[in-house]
Amino acid sequence: MKCQKCGMREATTHIKTMINGEYAEYDLCPKCAEQMGYNNIFSDMESEFNNFLGSFFGNALPARTQATRCESCGSTYNEIAKTGQVGCADCYDVFFDQLMPLIRRIHGNTAHCGKTPHSIEYTCVEDDKAPNNAPKDKAEQINELKAQLQEAVNQQNFEKAAQLRDKIKEMENE
Amino acid sequence: MQNDIVISTRIRLARNLKEFPFPCKLDAKGRKAVAEKVKSAVTNSNSALAQQMVCMDLDSLTKIQRANLVESHLVSPEFVADTNGRELLLTKDNSISVMVNEEDHIRIQVILPGFDLDGAYNIADKTDTLFDENLNYAFDKRLGYLTQCPTNLGTGMRASVMLHLPALQRTKAIGRIAGNLSKLGLTIRGIYGEGSEPKGAMYQLSNQVTLGISEKAAMENLKNITLQLINQEKITRERLFNSIEVQDVVSRSLGVLKYAKAISCEEAMALLSNVRMGVIAGEITDVQIEKINSLFTEVQPAAIMVKAGESLTPEKRDIFRAKLISSSL
Repeated sequence: MKCQKCGMREATTHIKTMINGEYAEYDLCPKCAEQMGYNNIFSDMESEFNNFLGSFFGNALPARTQATRCESCGSTYNEIAKTGQVGCADCYDVFFDQLMPLIRRIHGNTAHCGKTPHSIEYTCVEDDKAPNNAPKDKAEQINELKAQLQEAVNQQNFEKAAQLRDKIKEMENE
Repeated sequence: MQNDIVISTRIRLARNLKEFPFPCKLDAKGRKAVAEKVKSAVTNSNSALAQQMVCMDLDSLTKIQRANLVESHLVSPEFVADTNGRELLLTKDNSISVMVNEEDHIRIQVILPGFDLDGAYNIADKTDTLFDENLNYAFDKRLGYLTQCPTNLGTGMRASVMLHLPALQRTKAIGRIAGNLSKLGLTIRGIYGEGSEPKGAMYQLSNQVTLGISEKAAMENLKNITLQLINQEKITRERLFNSIEVQDVVSRSLGVLKYAKAISCEEAMALLSNVRMGVIAGEITDVQIEKINSLFTEVQPAAIMVKAGESLTPEKRDIFRAKLISSSL
């Protein structure tokens, strides 16, 4: 594949960008990638990747929940967005609504499947053996509600979102 | 035959303790407390695995020794960049390494020679279970194992294979393949240096997505693509070896490696890559493939200095390296 910028050299770098909510992919040659500042994405994955993530976070929704600071570790959402590092396990709970769009962009709209710690009794169904028309279990119902919640948030229908969130909490506490 | 192209297999699991903030939010005292917890989880368990593990104090190692750990892929470069509150647990045969307080509290890593994803995962899984029995992991039913970076959520597993792909590199097919792989949730990158032609034609293929896909399914996916890459590489090699130019390059490479008096790391890697391809094609018969494999790590700068037992200038290293290679071959 030829580089999409110069059209001359062979493309070796695949770039995915999310700018102002617009998703785009490019194939670039090393020279053009370097000129556009993408040369380090691979050579220094960790540090650059954090910036890259930071920009992902930057596109997430503005703070909406009451909790502006995680009580366990003191992180704010802005801090997480800036560094690309989540402060502690509780942050995922506190900033759930804000983190979810990002997590979805990385992994798709999905829930965990695979090994669980010994303390968790819940076992997930292997995806290759998933029954097609089995009755939905609670976890699945919750996931569906969470997807609906996300949609409501995306549409800025906060009233509906709040209802859904309460319903999810209720189900999770059952 | 797969091991002609797959040099090694690696499984990495990211885990965190529920009761502590992630390492980015931990001070020196907190990190120490995490390290103590993790270590006591090993000592408290009386499994055979735990008895093989030794704890390494990073501060007691010289800079060169630390760099050598990175070259041997036992730790990440970030891990040794700042040793504050970080500890390394290592089995005596180096097959399992556990980085404590790297990006996550616990990073379990298993490296096995050749193409053995199931084998490596089994060991990593057992090691993980050992920790799980004595520690409380941060876990969420929906998001899986909670990690400092959201890219590792879910299984927290990164499975990878280290591939030697000189023919695909020579024919410039890698760029095209890399573009397609990202659509399959996989990524390929050079191991020694980046750009279009990483040194020694060594590549690492690994899974990108960790949430919503089980360990088993992710490995199956990686396995399938690896087999396809192996196949492509083999077909391309057969075509290449029909030409006398390639045969000539391979033989000359061995000649230089055997008789050079000073050789840079970069040149050595390029030549080793050629020779490795020649050995597998049956063009070179008097060199063991295992020898070539280990030379790839032995010729790295820090490895040279560890072997020499002293810090050396680049020029001195080149001389030492040439001697080392010619005596091995």
